[in-house]
Amino acid sequence: MKFKKLATTLGAFALMLGLAGNSLAADLRVGVEGAYPPFSWKESDGTLKGFDIEIAEAICTELKRKCVLIEQDWDGMIPALLARKFDVIIASMSITEERKKRVDFSDKYYNTPAKFVAKKGSGLVISKAGLKGKRVGLQRGTTHQCFMEKMYPDVELVLYGGQDEVFQDLAIGRIDAQFSDSIAADEGFLKTDAGKDFEFTGGDQHDEACHGPGAGITVRKGDSALRDQVNAAIKTIRDNGVYQKINAKYFEFDIFGG
Amino acid sequence: MGESIIAFLETWSPIDIVLIAQNFDRFLWGALVTLQLTVISLVVGGLLSIPLAIIRSGNNPFLNAPVWAFTYLFRGTPLLVQTYLIYYGLGQFEWVRQTALWEPILSQAWWCALIAFSLNTAAYTTELLRGSIITTSKGEVEAAKACGLGKWMRFRRIVLPSAFRRALPAYSNEVIFMLHGSVVASTITIQDLLGVGRWLNGRYYLAYEGFITAAVMYLIIVLLVSRGFRLWEKHWLKHLYPLDAVEARPKKGLASFRV
Repeated sequence: MKFKKLATTLGAFALMLGLAGNSLAADLRVGVEGAYPPFSWKESDGTLKGFDIEIAEAICTELKRKCVLIEQDWDGMIPALLARKFDVIIASMSITEERKKRVDFSDKYYNTPAKFVAKKGSGLVISKAGLKGKRVGLQRGTTHQCFMEKMYPDVELVLYGGQDEVFQDLAIGRIDAQFSDSIAADEGFLKTDAGKDFEFTGGDQHDEACHGPGAGITVRKGDSALRDQVNAAIKTIRDNGVYQKINAKYFEFDIFGG
Repeated sequence: MGESIIAFLETWSPIDIVLIAQNFDRFLWGALVTLQLTVISLVVGGLLSIPLAIIRSGNNPFLNAPVWAFTYLFRGTPLLVQTYLIYYGLGQFEWVRQTALWEPILSQAWWCALIAFSLNTAAYTTELLRGSIITTSKGEVEAAKACGLGKWMRFRRIVLPSAFRRALPAYSNEVIFMLHGSVVASTITIQDLLGVGRWLNGRYYLAYEGFITAAVMYLIIVLLVSRGFRLWEKHWLKHLYPLDAVEARPKKGLASFRV
């Protein structure tokens, strides 16, 4: 008798799961970060804003699926995708060989260079000798971590969970410099009040193996149908002007890159 | 031979053991940082807690109230919040950054963590010791009085030694909580044991490898800590056990396996 009851409960539960599974299939669950302005940030009322967010909405419109945005801290992004917490990542994730071992990428949807930021007049020289022993902050799990560990092994790396924390500690002098995407640094820090005494230094930094061809949309390995649809959607919004409209809201130049 | 073992592991192991082995020195350094932060904050917090516990067990309202407020504040808020307040919060104020304390101490993540951890464990240990002090057997105190011991001598010779001993089992929990609480350090850029796990995840996008290695190392440390405390308890609390309990306990099968 008891067993029968259990079986009925389990059956009902399985049915519920099945229904939930069906309704989710219509929505596209998108993993986003929400702490990386101007690409994504969270307004005080909790809504997500930014370039990545609008690109996500545009892609969903093209795929004729409803976007469900799911916030995720950066260093848990790929594990959460693999754990099926969401179906794609649209969070300025650079296409790299290391990541391709775990996930698949769409074509790039933008490409901007990485740069160092230091205090104005700090005299920091970007070279192996100039950076030796300096404290350089960056966001853990980014292509920039790969770049610094490869190119400047003598630097004292200070790893943060979020880009906002890097800027905060740079502003109050806990680190000598920070290394990140140049647009994120410009919009998220240099153009703000906290960043007014700071500047880019040393020009564009690029290492093909670490940085890759640009930021792509991430899907699970073997999810090639979804990846192809996303690729087609990126091409469409590039061709029909939707991308350019979003681009113009945030940047003065085309960040798609050459 | 070595290469074939590596090839075998790379093909058949569900987790990337080779990668863990290659970065094992980082994990050892991380464990060292974890131990360093835990041990130093336990020592500092422990020393702080002794006078505070004596105050808390007394009945002077002018001294008692501030100590009560301190323990309430640090036991009533999460360790993570306390650490953030000290690391990110204090750094926000220009005048804090102008003080002489900024450069050598408050600007350093390690010191911020140590301050937060020490105050936190001091608060818990104060209350723990207070409980132990006020439950000292009346007979012991009366006997001391009868022998003509003064108030401070009574504290030093009778109440405190007895209270420390009886607090030992509960204190071993506090030590383990502090060890576990020290993972908070990794959120303010310190490369402790968890920090190294997060580094590995950030570098190779392998969550399991980094965190399982850290977890196993925490387990080993906890095993050593609880073993150590059991030996201590056997020695210092011997008088509280029945006479034949310590030596004569039969040891057979699983029942003998105690950590």
